[in-house]
Amino acid sequence: MNRVMERDGVVSEQVHVLAVDDSLVDRKVIERLLKISACKVTVVDSGISALQLLGLDEQRTTSESDDFVGLKVDLIITDYCMPGMTGYDLLKKIKGSSTFREIPVVIMSSENILPRIDRCLEEGAKDFIVKPVKLSDVKRLKNYMSTATREVSAAAGGFGGGGGGGGGINKRKLSDTSTVDDMSSSPPSISPSITPSSSSSPSDSSSPSPSPLSSPIRALDSPIRRLKMSSAD
Amino acid sequence: MEVGQMQRQWLDYTRSLFIEGFLDGQFLQLEQLQDDNNPDFVVEVVSLFFQDSHKLLNDLTIALDQKSVDFKKIDAHVHQLKGSSSSIGAQRVKNCCIAFRNFCEEQNTDACLKCLHQVKQECCLVKNKLETLFRLEQQIMAAGGSIPMMELSF
Repeated sequence: MNRVMERDGVVSEQVHVLAVDDSLVDRKVIERLLKISACKVTVVDSGISALQLLGLDEQRTTSESDDFVGLKVDLIITDYCMPGMTGYDLLKKIKGSSTFREIPVVIMSSENILPRIDRCLEEGAKDFIVKPVKLSDVKRLKNYMSTATREVSAAAGGFGGGGGGGGGINKRKLSDTSTVDDMSSSPPSISPSITPSSSSSPSDSSSPSPSPLSSPIRALDSPIRRLKMSSAD
Repeated sequence: MEVGQMQRQWLDYTRSLFIEGFLDGQFLQLEQLQDDNNPDFVVEVVSLFFQDSHKLLNDLTIALDQKSVDFKKIDAHVHQLKGSSSSIGAQRVKNCCIAFRNFCEEQNTDACLKCLHQVKQECCLVKNKLETLFRLEQQIMAAGGSIPMMELSF
């Protein structure tokens, strides 16, 4: 799962994210959000393409039976509403595969529908992001790539040791408005959004940290700080 | 006009776009994704949006012109437009789409036609506004200045 890159003799690791979205605009945005968060990104426009890249498409039952080397990814982030194969279908396919089920899958949706969220989490999604996706959402994602981030010294800002915060998924983390990250040295990731209607997400773009450092996530109730975002990290 | 004046003009103009609801916080998110390595990111994303919306609006016009209106298809198009407008922070367009989808659900052709007209107008308006904004930015850069960092507390 860890990808090691050698650059000028320096060995560094980058988490590799596979992003799936049928919207051209959203693909551009998610790609940039991920790259600016120091991720390697592969973006595709459909679930089928994602499965093909991974080596999990209909043509093959297992990727070990032939020489095909599928894409190695540390996280998959997919839109829910897509023509053909939905994000939910993709999630099921990935979780149904012995080879790929360990890869964390995050669902994005423009609609904040609780039964939908529950269904995805029950099917094994690691998290559910209500669009539009913000920088703080992506920062939260990096916590799920614990295997990769554990060994990364500087990039993850030291919060990678969590191992994903244990097996239990807190469905309510979406509505949390507190975060450990914002009080750490990493740059604040909150956008100074000015109207409540600007976002359909229940939280105001803060991200809870699932690392073991945090007690039950709701315990931290810091007010959202509207801080100037310094240039990209 | 000197740089300081242009920057103040830019700030005032940007503020007005937020106050009048043309843009919301997501637009600021996009600006945060722009840096020296990606100096045209916002313009690129916004251009993609207008390419996308142009096609969607055409498709919607055709779809609503049919003898037998396929509301599912229309809803799918509006959903897409709502999503992409939301992703760039084009708030008024997004809000139009929300209303539009409600009328799709009611299968109300007349109301849908009105919504289509309205969403076309809003797309046009925000396009003009953003083009003005980008032009101001270009002028500032050309004069050797830099774009002020947006900080909003309202």
